[in-house]
Amino acid sequence: MTIQVPDLDGRFGPFGGRYVPETLMNALFELEEAYNRYKNDADFQEELRYLLMQYAGRPSPLYYAERLTKHLGGAKIYLKREDLNHTGSHKINNALGQALLAKRMGKKKVIAETGAGQHGVATATVAALLGMECKVFMGEEDTKRQQLNVFRMKLLGSEVVPVLSGTRTLKDACNETLRYWVSHVDDTYYILGSVTGPHPYPMVVRDFQRIIGVEAREQILQSEGRLPDVIVAAVGGGSNAMGIFHQFVGDESVRLVGVEAAGRGVDTDKHAATMTKGRPGVFQGSMSYVLQDEGGQVQEAHSISAGLDYPGIGPEHAYLKDSKRAEYVPITDAEALEALQLLSRQEGIIPALESSHAVAQTMKLAPTLPKDAIIVVSLSGRGDKDVEAIMPYITGGETR
Amino acid sequence: MSANAIDTVFAELKAKGETALIPFLTMGDPDLAASVELVRAAEAAGAHMIELGVPYSDPLADGPVIQRASERALKNRISLTDCMQVATEARKLGVKMPFILFTYFNPALQLGLEQFFSLLQEHGFSGVIIPDLPLEEDGEVRAVAERTGIHLIPLVAPTSDARVERIASQARGFVYCVSSLGVTGVRSDFHAGIDAFLATVRKASPVPICIGFGISSREQAERFARQCDGVIVGSAIVRKVEEVLPQLTEEGAESRKAGIDAVQSFIAGLKPRAAASR
Repeated sequence: MTIQVPDLDGRFGPFGGRYVPETLMNALFELEEAYNRYKNDADFQEELRYLLMQYAGRPSPLYYAERLTKHLGGAKIYLKREDLNHTGSHKINNALGQALLAKRMGKKKVIAETGAGQHGVATATVAALLGMECKVFMGEEDTKRQQLNVFRMKLLGSEVVPVLSGTRTLKDACNETLRYWVSHVDDTYYILGSVTGPHPYPMVVRDFQRIIGVEAREQILQSEGRLPDVIVAAVGGGSNAMGIFHQFVGDESVRLVGVEAAGRGVDTDKHAATMTKGRPGVFQGSMSYVLQDEGGQVQEAHSISAGLDYPGIGPEHAYLKDSKRAEYVPITDAEALEALQLLSRQEGIIPALESSHAVAQTMKLAPTLPKDAIIVVSLSGRGDKDVEAIMPYITGGETR
Repeated sequence: MSANAIDTVFAELKAKGETALIPFLTMGDPDLAASVELVRAAEAAGAHMIELGVPYSDPLADGPVIQRASERALKNRISLTDCMQVATEARKLGVKMPFILFTYFNPALQLGLEQFFSLLQEHGFSGVIIPDLPLEEDGEVRAVAERTGIHLIPLVAPTSDARVERIASQARGFVYCVSSLGVTGVRSDFHAGIDAFLATVRKASPVPICIGFGISSREQAERFARQCDGVIVGSAIVRKVEEVLPQLTEEGAESRKAGIDAVQSFIAGLKPRAAASR
C-alpha cells in the first residue's frame, strides 16, 4: 500500500477533490503552491518547530496508564497526551502551522469554523500571537453548549460569529465560513480545522497534525522497544486520528481504529456515525462518506460531543476505510460519558468528550487482548470545556 | 441531434439585438404547484429562459434568501426528480422557453449521472448548472452532458483570472459570469474590475455570456445589457416570492393568483428596455 496520497488532483483513491464554487479555485491553488513551497523551507519549519516546543509545549507525553490498564485487565494502555498542549487539545498544532503559512502568504485576516470551540480557541490564540485579525464562525447551538470557549475566544481578541442557518451546529458553521471566504477571498486566509474540505486542506491539516504520530512512534519505541498493536483515536472530521495514524499507515502490524460518535445509537436518527451509516457523496468541498438521505440531502448529525457532531469525515479516512487499512467503530453518548468518568477516577485525567469516545473503545478492546499487547490512545483534548455540559447527565443520572 | 433550444434563443435575440432575461426560482417554494405557475408567469413576464433551482441542505454558493427558500422547500421533502417534474408540468401549460436545472452536485451524483441526464432529457431540459463542480472535477459529467446534448453551463468569477480562457473555451450554452466575490444575493455594488472581467470573458468565449449574482433591478440589468447576452436574476425574485408567501399559501384561488401576479409583474419590471440592449 502506498502512502503517497493525495495525488496531484487532491485524490485519495476516489475520495477528496475540490468541489467548490469557482470563486475559490484560485485561492485553493494559491494555498497549495504556498504550502508546497514552505513545507520544505528551513526557516518556516524552524519557526514552526520553535513555536510547537516553546509555545505549545510539545512534545506531548506518551503516558502509560497503569491503573486503567490494571482495571481493564488486558492490553497495556498508553495515552498520547494532546490534552496537555497549550489551549488544551491537538488543534493548536494545525492552527500554528496554518497561521504561519497565512503570515508568509501576506494575509492579515484569518477565519475559522469551530464545533466544540477547540479549533476556534486554537485559532484565536495563534491570531493573538501573530497579531492577526480573527473571526470564528460557530453554530448558535454550539455557542450555547460551549459558552466557556466562546468567552475564551473573545478574551483572546477574536470575534465569534454565531451561525443561525440550517442545523446551527458545526456543519453550518463550515458552510458559513466558506461563504464568508468566498466574499473575502482576496485578503482573508481560512484556517480550516480538520482533515476535511477541498484539496489541499485534507493534506495540509494532516501534515500539520502528523507530529502526533511522529512523536508517539519515537516514544513507544523508546519505552517498549516496539510498535504498538493498536492505535485508537476519535474521529469527527478526523484530524487527531489522521495525525496519529499517518506515521503508522505503512506498518501493517499496527491496527488503526477510528472511533465515531454513535450519539443515542446507530439505529436511531440521532448519531454522527458517518462511516457506519453514511455512503460516499460530495459534501463541503470533497468526496467522502456522508450522512445523507436517498436524495443526497445531507442529514443532521447528533453527538453529545460538539466536536464529533458532524455528518462528514475527511477523505483520507474514507480511503483508509475502503482500502481496509483502518477500521471505524461507533461509540454512543452513554458509553463516552462512562469512559470520561472512568478515566477521571482511574488516572486523574478528565478527557474531552471527543477523546472519551476513544477511551470508551479502548475499554471494550483492552480486555480482549493479551497483557503484553500495546494500545496507544490519542487523548486529543482535555475535558474542562465539557464539565458544565455534562453535569446534568452525571449528577442527575440523566441519559439521552 | 436537433439544435439545443438555448442556442436557438440566443441566436434569435442576437438578431433582434436583445438581452436575455433569465430568472431563477427555487423549486417547491412554497410548493410544487406554485412553482409550475411561477414558471408560467415568468414566461408571461418576458423571460427568455429559466433556471429551476433544486433545494439543497448545504447551498454553499447561496446567500440567506435562497438558503431560506431551500429550507422551506426541503420541509416539504422536495426531491431532485420533483423539481424536474415542474418542467414537464409547465410544458403542459404551454411554456415554450428553455429550462436550465440548477443543482448542487451531490443530489445528481446520488441519482447516478446517467440516470440524471436521461431524466433531464425526458423532462425537456436544455442545460444544467452545477455551482460546486469546477472544471477540474467536471470530466465525467461533461462527457455524459455532451452525449445527451444537454449544455453544462460553467461559471467564471472575477477571481478566475487565467482560468477564464480554459473555462470559456469549453463552455456550452453560455458562460455564467459571477458579478462579485460572494454568494448569491441582492447587492448594490459589483466587483471593482467587473467591466474588465466581462471583457476578458467576452474575448475568450465562443458562446454567449450572461451575468448573475446580485442583479436585482432593471437599472442593474440595463447596466450590463450592452456587455452581456443575458442577465440572471435569482435572489431578488426569490425574495419577492417570499414576500407574497402568505398569498401563495392561503386557501383560495384568488389569493394565490394575486401572489403569482405580483411575482410576474416584478419579473416584467426587471426586463432591460430595448434601448439599453446592444
